[in-house]
Amino acid sequence: MKKIPVIVVLGLLLGGCQGATSDAGGTPPPSAPANKGTVKLAINPWVGYEANAAVIEHLLETKLGYTVETKNLKEEISWQGFETGEVDAIVENWGHDDLKKTYITEKKVAVDAGPTGNTGTIGWYVPQWMADQYPDITDWNNLNKYADLFKTSESGGKGQFLAGDPSFVTNDEALIANLKLNYKVVFSGSEAAIIKAAQQANAQKKPLLFYFYEPQWLFAKEKYARVKLPEYKAGCDADPKKVACDYPDYVLDKVVSKKFADTGGAAYELVKNFKWTNDDQNLVSDYITNQGLSAEKAAEKWVAEHEATWKPWIPAGS
Amino acid sequence: MTAVLTRAPVRSLEQQRGPWLTRTIALVLIAAATVAYLVFRGEPAAENTDAAAFRLFTDVRDWVDENRDTHPAFLFGMNYLRLGVRLLTESVSAALTGLGFAGLVAVAGAVSFVLAGWRYALLAVAGFLSFAVLGLWTESVATLSLTLSAVLLSVLIGVPLGVLAARVRWFGAAIRPVLDVMQILPAFAYLAPMTLLFLIGSPAAVVATLIYAVPVTIRITELGIAGVSPTAVEAAAAQGSTRWQLLVKVRLPMARPVLVLAVNQTIMMALSMVVVTALIDAPGLGENIIRALERVNVGAAFDAGLAIVIMAVVLDRVTTAASRRSPIGWRVSVPVLAAAAVVALLPIGDAVPRWSAAEPVNEITAWVELHWYDATEWLRNTVSTVLLNPLETVLTTTPWWLFTLVVVAIGFLAAGWRAALIAGAASAGIAGLGLWAHAMQTLATVLVGTALTLLIGAWAGVLCARHDRLATAVRPLLDAAQTMPSFVYLLPAVALFGASRFTAIVAAVIFAVPPVVRLVERGIRDVPSPVVEAAVSSGSTPRQLLWKVQLPLARPGLLLAANQGIVMVLGMVVVGGLVGAGALGYDVVAGFSQREDFGRGLAAGFAIVLLGILLDRLTPRKAEV
Repeated sequence: MKKIPVIVVLGLLLGGCQGATSDAGGTPPPSAPANKGTVKLAINPWVGYEANAAVIEHLLETKLGYTVETKNLKEEISWQGFETGEVDAIVENWGHDDLKKTYITEKKVAVDAGPTGNTGTIGWYVPQWMADQYPDITDWNNLNKYADLFKTSESGGKGQFLAGDPSFVTNDEALIANLKLNYKVVFSGSEAAIIKAAQQANAQKKPLLFYFYEPQWLFAKEKYARVKLPEYKAGCDADPKKVACDYPDYVLDKVVSKKFADTGGAAYELVKNFKWTNDDQNLVSDYITNQGLSAEKAAEKWVAEHEATWKPWIPAGS
Repeated sequence: MTAVLTRAPVRSLEQQRGPWLTRTIALVLIAAATVAYLVFRGEPAAENTDAAAFRLFTDVRDWVDENRDTHPAFLFGMNYLRLGVRLLTESVSAALTGLGFAGLVAVAGAVSFVLAGWRYALLAVAGFLSFAVLGLWTESVATLSLTLSAVLLSVLIGVPLGVLAARVRWFGAAIRPVLDVMQILPAFAYLAPMTLLFLIGSPAAVVATLIYAVPVTIRITELGIAGVSPTAVEAAAAQGSTRWQLLVKVRLPMARPVLVLAVNQTIMMALSMVVVTALIDAPGLGENIIRALERVNVGAAFDAGLAIVIMAVVLDRVTTAASRRSPIGWRVSVPVLAAAAVVALLPIGDAVPRWSAAEPVNEITAWVELHWYDATEWLRNTVSTVLLNPLETVLTTTPWWLFTLVVVAIGFLAAGWRAALIAGAASAGIAGLGLWAHAMQTLATVLVGTALTLLIGAWAGVLCARHDRLATAVRPLLDAAQTMPSFVYLLPAVALFGASRFTAIVAAVIFAVPPVVRLVERGIRDVPSPVVEAAVSSGSTPRQLLWKVQLPLARPGLLLAANQGIVMVLGMVVVGGLVGAGALGYDVVAGFSQREDFGRGLAAGFAIVLLGILLDRLTPRKAEV
């Protein structure tokens, strides 16, 4: 690729140096509370994550006096950030056993910081009106019978299965192939696009089969029925290409960089202590999405109303 | 946006044997291809998830991951490069933020005054103030510092290479095909390799931007140096100047206007790329746009898009004006710059009135979504079922070798044997990467997008060429559209048409129409007026004049428009992978968001490059009339 700058820089720097590792030259690690530092939070692209991050950010800034830098990153890119020093903490992680193996076990640049208290479910859903009109549609065995209903301009003669952001945890393509379903996965590109499609399907009585997950504020507002896939058994999703079972329940957790765990002081303690319920998260998500509050304002409102929940997260002596 | 650059004319079959024979050969080939298709068509290739190429790239990734901190190529090469670029970016950023709000506005005004005059100083001050008014000051400064870092590097690398290319013949000849390929690379395709080599963050973003922008710097510098009048050089040489003196005292100063133009074009290219690099964690306005895409929040994206356009307009106008005049003398410029420095030291807050278009834009969007739902749905479904799906079926069911043969034949007829072989090799390469079906789906979308772009662009271009007042009215619109980064166009399209291939087509059409309008208009206006007058005096109606005289004579302009249009549409269609357009663009997105898809994503990036080369070679940029 670009040979010339490489050589120039080499020439400039070779004199008496030992080579640079990939995390050299990173910004200094967040220091102890005495010298309140900066915490770099990854923001993954769904509103539930944003709710976690907003509350943690608010507490770090107002109760502990840290500066928080947020970075909008996809899930896997965030993990790469542990290596480069760009990311200190991921505050809602869905499984990702492969990444845990790479970054926690092998590279040792990240550590587990415990569960968030939320349980995550991923599944296939249809609007409630469809479940009422076609009662057997919620069993995957009957999906092929109804494939015609879900045809769109994008699904090439098959039924359309609407997925979200390509970075989300999904087995849908494998499931469709392995369960021999006459469907095609179409990526809408984002959580917001699925929500919009789901709301439209509900309001305009249009058929829709889609990927969705909990915790999710939309379920508190509108009814959607989950389609039963073959039951999950431990290990049935070990090979991503051969998956033919439903998604497991995820114990959502937090992951932080090794550097942050070692030197993050009170900020790290707070991230580790953070633990709340799906209802808590849905409330903040709802503030953000439907009540026109910015993430910061939503967090401020929730923190003002729920001192008993967050008080125990604040590390002793700070 | 992209500088229009010509390539040596190729003698095509048409020039060698005359149009009649070409037409017969073309008809025979079409018939043969149709028959072959009917005989050999098969089921569309199943989606490949484990091609050899994917595994190879995944292995490369694993190797790099494992050796990033041990292998000398990284310890002494890539990692230092990354640190160096990071140091540069951080210094530029520190300098800009260090000036503070009032200071930066004052310095922008002062520098514009020195380079371009007081009108442009006012423009710059107003533009920079508007970033704060939009509430996007920090993001704008981040985008500006990444852009400036990349431009600085591009100029440092590109100007010497351009001088070399102009002065050393073999070097110029060697570098030309490399630049050709770099210029048709869709920005999107090389983000994944960048993160592999430089990890995520600003350094990778700056290097990606550099690769995107530097060909323009090299090309325009080369043109400028080569265009210096030989008489002036000879006169100086006769007075005993050394080669070095000739370069520094004669060639470079005489080429100054063109060199400033090179900087101008580099800035425009860099700005549009910097926005896209938000996908690999570069800070700035691009992040706002991605976030808005994720939320389907058109209003928020509108504000960020507006800030980008304002930045582009300020940088463009100031540097364009700078290329037309020499800077004012130090007697005036030193006090002005000093005054700006004083402003930077004064404790001026950043309290400005806030204004945002987000809410009204979101209200309009919601209204349109509600009331136009049936119309937009109908339009999308019609285009998809009538044009897109049949074309996609034909392309995906054609065996790859038949497609390659057809490509070679078209290339031979349209652009000569050399282009035909390159295009054929590109086609075979795509098959070798194991992404045939996806490449053909992308191609179908690109072809439909290009057809619409050319129809609309040619129609508007003809109108502009015939009505001066319309042309004057449209020009600022075209200017603004061409300075906007491709990304911004996704949002209105998503809002109207949801996640679909048609969305990508709409965005691509909006993106590619302005340059096509320009080129068509210029092509028609360049038809010599005696020819037009002769046709009019012999009784041609305006319609006859257009179809029999102006359009045939404007053919070079039209061909160039087709070439530019198709490459731009490809660039946008793959970005459409972000919003449901699927195929290669989606593979690229998935590649940098899912670990197990990395190999396929990288392969898709290469496939996009090959597709770009193929399309570029099949549409000759220059035809002899």
